[in-house]
Amino acid sequence: MADDVRPDVPAIEMRGISKAFGSAVANRDIDLTVRYGEIHALLGENGAGKSTLMNMLSGIYRPDSGSIFVGGREAVFAAPRDSIKRGIGMIHQHFKLVDVMTAWENIALGSAGGLLLNRKRISQEITELSDRYGLDIKPDRKVYEMSVGEKQTLEILKVLYRGARILIMDEPTAVLTPQEIGKLFAIIRNMKEQGCAIVIITHKLNEVMEVSDRITVLRRGEAIATVETACVEIPSLIEMMVGRRMDLSIKRPPCEGAEELLRVDGVTVTGKDRKSALDGISFTLHSHEILGVAGVAGSGQKELCETIAGLQAAEKGRIFFEGQNILGKSPRDIIRLGIRMGFIPEDRLGMGLVGSMDIVHNIILKEYQGQKGVVLRRGPSAQKAQRIVERLDILTPSIHTPVSRLSGGNIQKVLLGREIDSDPKVLITAYPVRGLDIGASYRIYDLLNEQKAKGVGIIFIGEDLDVLIELCDRILVLSGGCVTGELDGARASKEEVGFLMTGGAA
Amino acid sequence: MEAFLAAAIVAAMPLLFATLGELLTEKSGSLNLGVEGMMLIGAVIGFITAYGTGSPGAALLGAFGAGAAGALIFAVVTVTLRGNQVVTGLTLTIFGSGFASFVGDPLIGKSVPKTVQAFFAPAPVPGLSEVPFIGPVFFRQDAFVYLGYALVVLISIYLYKTRPGLNMRAIGESTAAADASGVAIDFHKYAHILFGGGLCGLGGAYLALVYVPMWQADVVTGRGWIAVALVIFASWNPAKAFAGSFLFGALSILGFRLQSMGFHISQYLVDMFPYIATIAIVIISTHKNRKEDLPPADLSVPYFREER
Repeated sequence: MADDVRPDVPAIEMRGISKAFGSAVANRDIDLTVRYGEIHALLGENGAGKSTLMNMLSGIYRPDSGSIFVGGREAVFAAPRDSIKRGIGMIHQHFKLVDVMTAWENIALGSAGGLLLNRKRISQEITELSDRYGLDIKPDRKVYEMSVGEKQTLEILKVLYRGARILIMDEPTAVLTPQEIGKLFAIIRNMKEQGCAIVIITHKLNEVMEVSDRITVLRRGEAIATVETACVEIPSLIEMMVGRRMDLSIKRPPCEGAEELLRVDGVTVTGKDRKSALDGISFTLHSHEILGVAGVAGSGQKELCETIAGLQAAEKGRIFFEGQNILGKSPRDIIRLGIRMGFIPEDRLGMGLVGSMDIVHNIILKEYQGQKGVVLRRGPSAQKAQRIVERLDILTPSIHTPVSRLSGGNIQKVLLGREIDSDPKVLITAYPVRGLDIGASYRIYDLLNEQKAKGVGIIFIGEDLDVLIELCDRILVLSGGCVTGELDGARASKEEVGFLMTGGAA
Repeated sequence: MEAFLAAAIVAAMPLLFATLGELLTEKSGSLNLGVEGMMLIGAVIGFITAYGTGSPGAALLGAFGAGAAGALIFAVVTVTLRGNQVVTGLTLTIFGSGFASFVGDPLIGKSVPKTVQAFFAPAPVPGLSEVPFIGPVFFRQDAFVYLGYALVVLISIYLYKTRPGLNMRAIGESTAAADASGVAIDFHKYAHILFGGGLCGLGGAYLALVYVPMWQADVVTGRGWIAVALVIFASWNPAKAFAGSFLFGALSILGFRLQSMGFHISQYLVDMFPYIATIAIVIISTHKNRKEDLPPADLSVPYFREER
């Protein structure tokens, strides 16, 4: 059973925890103490080892060395169920829910009880619990019908239903709108007041300052420091995270000589589930411009990119590029016109690069059509690979290393570098900084600004609203496949964008 | 008509057992293509046990155990060693047919003992067998058939109304979610692969003990593959699995009936009916739209907890 709560004993004490995956050390000799009744932020860049550390608390990974104490008693977790028994609940970044099941089925999943499922009783328990913590959930709703916010509420309830007093949340705000984030923080504070211990994994500094009581900063697998939130400022947190001082303002050079490059006119695309993925989308893109596209994940961003790149057939509408309609042209023709796309999917390697091939061959993938004859000529592509590696500071043993062996950030630089190097007229980038550390992200913003200065029209599909607002000249907001608004980047506020992201009705 | 439908039920039984077995296996996330092999193993061991002991109970137990033992090979390779499910299943089918021909060779032409034949003789259910139409079709059958009915009901309840049923469905849909919720993954996978294999073994035994109460080589003749298709046709639903098996049972004896009624149809064409219908089903079933009718999302996906 869950351990009794004694305020003088820490909820969690991790001592000397180390974990390596093959030769890559994810955690090195980490100590961490979390108290009951506190919100503890685990701060660090991607790859700093935050999720790894917490996955050892939830029983997903086993530590190579070190010990874990829960409520003062040592704990050894062989599987997630051992951790659940000690009152620990983890809410993973990618929700671990069963899509075709209802909310109550997901909550009952894996829980103890009689052989037969009593839907009524479980639903009633869920309702009581959600009232106590001020959550809102419909027990009979299927997960695939839920919004991201609802899914997260369900994950929280699932953990509370098991009687967890220690809650770990991995990047809980990554997929939420500003309004939903506000709600989530209210819920977390409520749980803290009821005596729960809460750990939030994040790399967003504003949120850490807003919600946490104490902060532990991780860098490259090591715990750098644990500080009281009230006694620390953002610049010093950045220094702890990155290891050096950094200026975190993004430049937005004014655009001059803007001409219309691309005009999307009433484009409608039907998605896989026969609903409109894009519903009458219209906008224009100018040269010397970065056009941001904001929206909750799955609002039509992917379809928009693919339609312009010629990968997705549209039902209605036209797309004009330099006066001619490109809708219906093959991807190859569209690439020839100078429209390039770099889409970074969640798994990074899914689209655009072939993981088992090296950088040179990934470049040839887009070049071989320009070559004559049947035999590939590797020389020019190798030179190009070398140039991209140098220009973008890509860390790789050589240009002949399979790209899947590179770190996420470097893979993204290869993808973006290949598209930029071809001197495009229109560059579409979706989530180009997804999963990158701060330094690499800023390098990418600089690259995009360089392209903008050259006159390239850039469509920037992003998830971080702060970045969109600082970097983009204009911001187009998508909701459910419709354009719900177009804002001036210099004047837009986060709340305004968030409001439009939920269809302007929430 | 009644006689035809009653015979269709009998022809449906081997398919029903195998389909239910594969359904349980797939619901828990494993695609075991060794159904044909497990049916053959069950058939030959069931027949040998019946031949040797004369006990119907021992024969059933033997067939179930033999099917489960075949499934154990699959479970060890795919769950514990995380081998490829498709390759392992196909290998199991090849192994099963070899095993059955090897072990069954000296028995070819031998008959099921009288005691066992008597046990599996049709036994009308008092009361129900008198209901017009329904009675003669469904309730003047043998004990094996009634076991099949019971399994359809019990498995439906198990899947949708019990806690272990919920846990196993979750494994098939999202192994990671089930694991994070504290469900014992390997235990559930083993249990359902083995039980599913046991049911496939019983399906094979029905062919050797009741359908043709005599040992002949290649007694299963592709029914295992039809069962794999029937699971898809049934959208992983036990009640629909019963309907599907009934339909295929009818199809498999339709040609014979038509011929005996004086229609002149080529025997080759007649033998093709069930297989053509199988292909049709697989094509039609690609057009499913309801999320609930789709295959379990994590079907045949190996699970490594520490994978990054």
